[in-house]
Amino acid sequence: MTLSIDTPHVGAARERLARCQRFAARAGHFLLRMACNPLTAIGCGIVLLLCLTALFAPWIAPYHPLVQDLDNALSPPGAQHWFGTDEFGRDIFSRLVWGARITLYIVLLVSVTVGPLGLLLGVAAGYFGGKVDAALMRITDIFISFPSLVLALAFVAALGPGLEHVVIAITLTAWPPIARLARAETLSLRQADFISAVRLQGASPLRVLWHHIMPLCLPSVIIRITMNMAGIILTAAGLGFLGLGSQPPAPEWGAMIASGRTYMLECWWVVTVPGMAILINSLAFNFLGDGLRDLLDPRSE
Amino acid sequence: MIAALPQLRRVSKRATQVFITLFGLLLLTFFIGRVMPLDPVLAIVGPDADHATYQQVYHQLGFDKPLWAQFGIYLNGLLHGDLGHALLTGQPVSQDILRVFPATLELATLAIVIGAGLGVPLGVIAAARRNGAIDYAVRVVSLAGYSTPIFWGGMIGLLLFYAHLGWVGGAGRVDFSLDGVVPRRSGLMLVDALLAGNATVFWNALNHLILPASLLGFHSLAYISRMTRSFMLAQLSQEFILTARVKGLTEWQVIWQHAFRNILVQLLTVVALAYGSLLEGAVLIETVFSWPGFGSYLTSSLMLGDMNAVMGCVLVVGLIFVLLNLLSDLLYQVFDPRTKV
Repeated sequence: MTLSIDTPHVGAARERLARCQRFAARAGHFLLRMACNPLTAIGCGIVLLLCLTALFAPWIAPYHPLVQDLDNALSPPGAQHWFGTDEFGRDIFSRLVWGARITLYIVLLVSVTVGPLGLLLGVAAGYFGGKVDAALMRITDIFISFPSLVLALAFVAALGPGLEHVVIAITLTAWPPIARLARAETLSLRQADFISAVRLQGASPLRVLWHHIMPLCLPSVIIRITMNMAGIILTAAGLGFLGLGSQPPAPEWGAMIASGRTYMLECWWVVTVPGMAILINSLAFNFLGDGLRDLLDPRSE
Repeated sequence: MIAALPQLRRVSKRATQVFITLFGLLLLTFFIGRVMPLDPVLAIVGPDADHATYQQVYHQLGFDKPLWAQFGIYLNGLLHGDLGHALLTGQPVSQDILRVFPATLELATLAIVIGAGLGVPLGVIAAARRNGAIDYAVRVVSLAGYSTPIFWGGMIGLLLFYAHLGWVGGAGRVDFSLDGVVPRRSGLMLVDALLAGNATVFWNALNHLILPASLLGFHSLAYISRMTRSFMLAQLSQEFILTARVKGLTEWQVIWQHAFRNILVQLLTVVALAYGSLLEGAVLIETVFSWPGFGSYLTSSLMLGDMNAVMGCVLVVGLIFVLLNLLSDLLYQVFDPRTKV
């Protein structure tokens, strides 16, 4: 009697364990394959480094990013200041380290808003079709007809400069490609037999979308977002450079380049170093996205 | 007649799509312009104006009317080519844009020549030698092109090639001493110099143009070479390529005469879109090089909070993009026999 109660329970636990093991094995295999591609591994490493830097900024940065030291203004890179100091004597290395937080803040916030937004709209357009689809796709057409920087520029101009406004502006320009992708995936899934089966069992459209279509669209959307992250970094840096991002004392990388521009010819480091930081990080995200696509996209094999 | 019917239907469907997109574009720019925190009336009358003047301008601009009526006024103005007046120059925005556009056109055209001229062969070679050293190099170079913040690239270029090596001219379209030497006809400095027969200005202008154009070109090279590579790979895996090889054609003939000819239409589309997206890079690179073009006009209006000028510029960019998209669609219809049902 006890057995009959216990068996399913033990079975379920064992099943769960086996599932975990399978998942771990798959994840391990996946990581191994990722490490085999040198570019992907490098990209992954740099992104990880960026995250750690942002997380532990107060412990890594040797100086305060905002405190001025006019006696040491524009001193070249050396043992005291690894990457030199800017026009107010602030340590550039420390500012870069703190700036990693701003960059990551923008990238993450945009990604977590754009992902669900694009996914929802795209899946709805693809699944319901007809008028909903036509209306949503015309709206994406309008947004896609602008280069993202110009549209973001217009939004920030309207909202006024500031970090939050940059995030909103980039979000507003970045969702249409995601929506298009999710729509295309949904269109190919909609006709699948298992979807018809679920529907015949009496599942509501909401349930079909939420439990059966969305999870299957997720991988390609995640790849796309990873590949977009490099673009987000560049757009944010561009807006920062034009003075529309976070305002002056904040160590935003694009703004650091803009303020160093005046001293560029005499002091190469004030411009070169923050630019390298932007370049390396967007390169890393590109490597990572490229590698993920090669691994996860079955068509590439 | 019967054969023309589906084509007609397709064209009319496409036309409605373009029309709706354009209308949405107008709505979008109109509403972005209206949510501005700046008071446009105050920007015109100044802070010292009395209440009566303020009210007068307020009425003149139509702000007392409901939003849809304001949109109607805006639309009506646009149909007459009126984008409003720019605060900085006092000129109509449309005239301002026409004045600054040739400088950007010159920059973008040389950039796309460089980008496509190098990007297409590189992409083809990369596809032909897949996974070889060249393929790898092209991949890294194009990713670097994608990842470089273009304004920073411009500064490093100036630092290296202008300040250090002295190979190229600095900021601006010509040296200060040569400014205004040749009369303005087309607005394209190189063409104007040729028309005036002034070799000094021509070489000087080219010297100033080459660095920003190369940097922009590098940006589009990344995109073009990548797309070329993937188009070529798709072609090279087809059976007719195998047949061509079996026939004993040289590798050169297989690649350039059989595979490459098939991707020409797709490539034209890519180049057209890359040409349009150079406008985006131009906004940043013109700021760095003090290039008196469209991008500089947009950013300087932005700094002044001159919403008429900013929205005019944004609208023009959107228009150019919609038209380029339409153009590339039409190219497909004309050149690709598969779209003719």
